[in-house]
Amino acid sequence: MAAGNFEKYKSDGSLGGNLLEWVDARFPATSMWKGHLSEYYAPKNFNFWYFFGSLALLVLVIQIVTGIFLVMHYKPDAALNANGVPVAFASVEYIMRDVPGGWLIRYMHSTGASAFFIVVYLHIFRGLLYGSYRKPRELTWLFGVGIFLCLMGEAFFGYLLPWGQMSFWGAQVIVNLFSAIPLVGQDLSIIIRGDFVVGDATLNRFFAFHVIAFPLVLLGLVAAHVLALHETGSNNPDGVEIKANKDENGIPRDGIPFHPYYTVKDIVGVVVFLIVFSAVMFFAPEGGGYFLEYNNFFPADPLKTPPHIAPVWYFTPYYSVLRAMVWNFFGLEAKFWGVVGMGASVVIFAFLPWLDRSPVKSIRYRGPIYKTMLTIFVICFFILGYLGTQPPSFWGEKISQVCTLFYFGFFLAMPWWSRMDKFKAVPDRVTMK
Amino acid sequence: MKKFLTALLFAPLMAFASGGVHLDTWPGSVSDKAGLQNGAKLFVNYCLNCHGASYMRYKNLTELGLSEQQVKDNLMFTADKIGELMRVAARTDEQKAWFGAAPPDLTVIARARASEMGSGADWLYTYLRTFYKDDKRPTGWNNVAFDNVGMPHILWELQGTQVMGEDHKLKLEVPGKLSPADYDKAVSDLVGFLVWMAEPQQEFRKTLGYGVIAFLALLFVVAYALKKEYWKDIH
Repeated sequence: MAAGNFEKYKSDGSLGGNLLEWVDARFPATSMWKGHLSEYYAPKNFNFWYFFGSLALLVLVIQIVTGIFLVMHYKPDAALNANGVPVAFASVEYIMRDVPGGWLIRYMHSTGASAFFIVVYLHIFRGLLYGSYRKPRELTWLFGVGIFLCLMGEAFFGYLLPWGQMSFWGAQVIVNLFSAIPLVGQDLSIIIRGDFVVGDATLNRFFAFHVIAFPLVLLGLVAAHVLALHETGSNNPDGVEIKANKDENGIPRDGIPFHPYYTVKDIVGVVVFLIVFSAVMFFAPEGGGYFLEYNNFFPADPLKTPPHIAPVWYFTPYYSVLRAMVWNFFGLEAKFWGVVGMGASVVIFAFLPWLDRSPVKSIRYRGPIYKTMLTIFVICFFILGYLGTQPPSFWGEKISQVCTLFYFGFFLAMPWWSRMDKFKAVPDRVTMK
Repeated sequence: MKKFLTALLFAPLMAFASGGVHLDTWPGSVSDKAGLQNGAKLFVNYCLNCHGASYMRYKNLTELGLSEQQVKDNLMFTADKIGELMRVAARTDEQKAWFGAAPPDLTVIARARASEMGSGADWLYTYLRTFYKDDKRPTGWNNVAFDNVGMPHILWELQGTQVMGEDHKLKLEVPGKLSPADYDKAVSDLVGFLVWMAEPQQEFRKTLGYGVIAFLALLFVVAYALKKEYWKDIH
């Protein structure tokens, strides 16, 4: 399905036609349009779960466009202004009050950050449901894991910029974690901060990472993710390879052109998403203290440590994994193993294509073992997420340890349990439900 | 509406919310223009001497239904131009020497003081009504919502003097200029002003929200019909 095998455009003699012919002779306009949209054949049985890829792309665009306008007024400066308030914090309030429409742009960006993670989590879950990571789509999956890691970095750097109490202390806690790495840790955390404590140097380099370095990498990875997907074609809720059954013209019998079928369908998804997005943005932009943390309305104060420092909600499952590691192993302190656990809990997704040994892809044809395991995994993920928002406690620690054990057990024991299940026969053609 | 949506979205998480000092519910509303004007008057007379509202411009006070001249005559004591920020009269470095810490800027205090125990308005409404006499404190005052607070009871001449009884309940020892009911109303107005000032466009935000969602609902009908039309032959 790759671009390149399409005939060049022939003008019908009109001015527009001539122009397009001229362009098409010099640029793969027709072949890109056809190869990726009008003659890219997608399975016709996509369901609800298949909206979140295009929605992630939409949120990416929202974040980039609103981000550009925010950068026009935001000032990454930790120095105190004449009123004794950090310039960075005051510039955010300037956007909220004095820049026409600034409050709307800012709320779109802050709500967009949380929406990005919600959409991406649902997109990843779709992959788990229907085995989208399985051969031949391993590279698409790996690019996706790269996107997720990049997104986490992007969110982490961006969260420092409002320079509120949670921005400051959250960054302080997370950067300090790197100091637990043996030998290089201390120097590494100083390189990340640019100083011995989080300060103006940190704010400026995080700003640089947030507005240019990470978005560039993110866009590159997104392009690679989509190109790899279009090379193999999309998976579907039945996990059936539609390319295995083509008609006399070489078109998959269960495939329909992405444009117009899925473009019009995705527009419906986009509108529904925007309704939910608007409901939060216009009526609860703070998201109950989860999207904009209350404590972040106090300017950063290096002399006043908040009693309870919690990361933003989308990081809390991994933060719980970090806090669950309380033992020293091999002469290395527990904090180091916490960092290893936190990193591993994200990176382990990359190994899924090789851990899953079941003969079928989709949950529709898997047996009770997979359904049970996946359900418990999701429950553990939610419990870890909830506990990460809470102050440390005895039972919280025990529960998060059990959930962490299951979290890693789900992946590491998968080569065995994924084979043991009772499977149903996979049909030759996709089914429409 | 906002509270309802928030509750709906975060109900599973909120169920675990932990307890603490009981906060009284703020009885006011940000759509009460007369109350907000009274709150603005109290704010510039009592709060602005020590606390700044340095993200806020005097000009924006006209959104409370006042003319620029009214704002200049009644609410501007330390500034010359209507476009100026509501800066504190005292210097922050001097205040640090007097109080130990510079009094915080109050522009967004109503948002910062929100917690799982209640809204920022609830906290402020409770805080400003629960000062009591405590000779162990350097200022002679302590507070139920904010233990060992550095700020003295600025509104004492209005409220009078409260003491902490043996039963851990506050008693009004010396009455102030206002009756308890009038004092509660005055504090409610002041809190209303702080809530409004924390996000002056909040009412407009909701109004715009209804419009946007109504438009999207119409767009949904069109988009759904378009999808149905294109997909009618796909089985």
